[in-house]
Amino acid sequence: MTAQAVSRKKHGVSWGQVFVNVTLILLVLIWTIPTIGLLISSFRTRFDIQTSGWWTVFPHRDWVTVEEFQPGPEVDRDGVMNLAGAQGTFEEFRAGITLPDGRRVLWIGNKRIGRVAVQERQWVMNTNFTLENYQEVLGGKTFEVKQPDGSTITVQGSDFSSAFINSLIVTLPATVIPILIAAFAAYGFAWMKFPGRRLLFTMVVALLVVPLQIALVPILKDYVRLNLNGTFLGIWLAHTGFGLPLATYLLFNYISSLPRDILESAFIDGASHFTIFTRLILPLSVPALASFAIFQFLWVWNDYLVALIFIGASPDSQVLTQRIAEMVGSRGNDWHLLTAGAFVSMLLPLIVFFSLQRFFVRGLLAGSVKG
Amino acid sequence: MDEFTETTVQRHAPIEAREVKPRGPLDWMATNLGRILIALFVPIVTFLVLYWGFQFLRASQAPKGVIAIVAIVWGVGGVALLYVVANWLVEQLGDAWRSRLQPFVFVGPAIAILFWYLAFPTVRTFYLSLLDRNAQNFVGLANYQAVFTDRNMFIAFRNNVLLWIPFGALFTVVFGLLVAVLADRSRYERLAKSLIFMPMAISMVGAGVIWNMIYAVNPNIGMLNAIYTSLTGNQPVAWKAASEIAPWNNLFLIVVMIWLQTGFAMTIFSAAIKGIPTELMEAGRVDGANEVQIFFRIMLPYIRGTVITVTTTVIIFTLKIFDVVQVMTGGQFGTQVIATQFYRELFTNQNSGYGSAIAIVLLIAVLPVMVYNLKQFSEREAF
Repeated sequence: MTAQAVSRKKHGVSWGQVFVNVTLILLVLIWTIPTIGLLISSFRTRFDIQTSGWWTVFPHRDWVTVEEFQPGPEVDRDGVMNLAGAQGTFEEFRAGITLPDGRRVLWIGNKRIGRVAVQERQWVMNTNFTLENYQEVLGGKTFEVKQPDGSTITVQGSDFSSAFINSLIVTLPATVIPILIAAFAAYGFAWMKFPGRRLLFTMVVALLVVPLQIALVPILKDYVRLNLNGTFLGIWLAHTGFGLPLATYLLFNYISSLPRDILESAFIDGASHFTIFTRLILPLSVPALASFAIFQFLWVWNDYLVALIFIGASPDSQVLTQRIAEMVGSRGNDWHLLTAGAFVSMLLPLIVFFSLQRFFVRGLLAGSVKG
Repeated sequence: MDEFTETTVQRHAPIEAREVKPRGPLDWMATNLGRILIALFVPIVTFLVLYWGFQFLRASQAPKGVIAIVAIVWGVGGVALLYVVANWLVEQLGDAWRSRLQPFVFVGPAIAILFWYLAFPTVRTFYLSLLDRNAQNFVGLANYQAVFTDRNMFIAFRNNVLLWIPFGALFTVVFGLLVAVLADRSRYERLAKSLIFMPMAISMVGAGVIWNMIYAVNPNIGMLNAIYTSLTGNQPVAWKAASEIAPWNNLFLIVVMIWLQTGFAMTIFSAAIKGIPTELMEAGRVDGANEVQIFFRIMLPYIRGTVITVTTTVIIFTLKIFDVVQVMTGGQFGTQVIATQFYRELFTNQNSGYGSAIAIVLLIAVLPVMVYNLKQFSEREAF
């Protein structure tokens, strides 16, 4: 509890506190509802998603049919009809006629063979959940889906599980490699003397904000020449290159601020730079390394542009963001798949984020601003 | 620090100077031939192992899981191995050469990659921007002329500069400040901040799907249309594509960015606010200032620097916005921005000259920030 909060407490119940909390709750709701909607929708059937909002899974008042019958052929459908205690024309029944007791009579279907339903307002929840969307999105093979009418159809899965593995293959090395390279460089800049040291570090600082768009055309040309396009090595190196300025800068700030006595005594004991780096500096820098690791992990996992350009259309190596973007383009109305797919892609970053939030915030505060 | 590195190098140098002085060429050969052979052998083996790994990964039909493990071990282990081998090689050398070369073993790879991936491409992209679409003929500044006269680019500039930057940056900063200040006074600070921060973990592509759903035309899917139709009784609206409200349909995309970035602004502001001395605000309260006055007269001036930094960062982010637009509208309906036009020219229209010119324009736009960073850095005494 902060000092202000304490001082407010002393003045008794304050409307200020109420205002603060109500506004805060409102903002938090606005910020979380979109994600909650996605999560809930991903567990609903295709039919439910199309015909009722995801918010109907919560208790709400809705019309529920309590009685349904087929009007006989003797009923004059073009004139005024008397059905279930209501009187009106076909159009009026179609729109629903409310009875004095609050129930309504509704004509469902067409004029000839339609049915008449008597409905009542009731508290209901739409809790028909399914895991089929996830099966369809994750599976690579065809499988059968049960339709609402009982028949089954065969569907080609979207194979997000292989895209998930691709994302892992891309992300893990593309997180560790830049950290390793940047840590070596940061140590070199902080504790070694060599010509051009200041100039080279100035370059690192200058490159902090350079938009990566600037590099895409020339690097793509190089990759085509070197046959690196569409390979994992190519995309690791690209992410390494684009993440290095920030990584080097952050790790330099941390490593150069380590107490010099520790290093001095190690030097006196005759340790080489390499030993000092691996045995002393790396373990001491774990907080900074972790901060940047989370950053880079989220950045690479969530990246779309770099993958789009350096992995491109080769389906064997496509990552999750590419698959989802593709799906938005080709199956933009298949919300049961889009929601499940999007949630699959968000799962790992959300776990990393919530379990390591402390390090993430520390990294942000250390000036983590990617160019 | 300079001083320190110098003294330490000198200090530990004599300890390791135990080289056996070679007497003649033959002696030298005898003592060093083995070393030279090993020195050649180790890098060659390293290279072969790494190359074999690369070939395996490229051609392999092995199951996905095996490839994943091999790739990760090969990639991460390979880089570590290269450092170990390079360092080992340098340590075989005499003392003078070692201290001369070792810094470059440490710094060299980073510098080489930065050169290849960022520094040199800047020059190359500029050169390409002076050539035609196939990078064959020199066309001077024709691409730049096209960039600044093309109608599509005009819309992209308008969207980026007049809509995304002012609205996106303004609301991100305002909401970030608001949440930071409110959360600081609430018992639920941690929870509230976590939840507002959460979109930072979500990709812009994922966010695109989330908000596409909010904006969907079908009022059973699109929450905005569900609210809109039930309140007004009107027909549902295709918000992102609504040409009758253009250019304001861009705002629906900008909302997504505000949603994603507010957590970032909030975190930085929150830390800054906690750094304000409590006495300062207490003094204000004693003098009879209300909370609003305290915010505008004490807090805001105190964290002015932070506000500027966050605003700059969000502006840079906004300038390069790509994924959100690409996924949500593909740059159609007058929602194109600079980065989507860049992609379009480069890949859809296969015009490398034009695309490069757009990239250079982006670079020029962030140049003031780069200059500012460099100025800050050169004023730093520690380096």
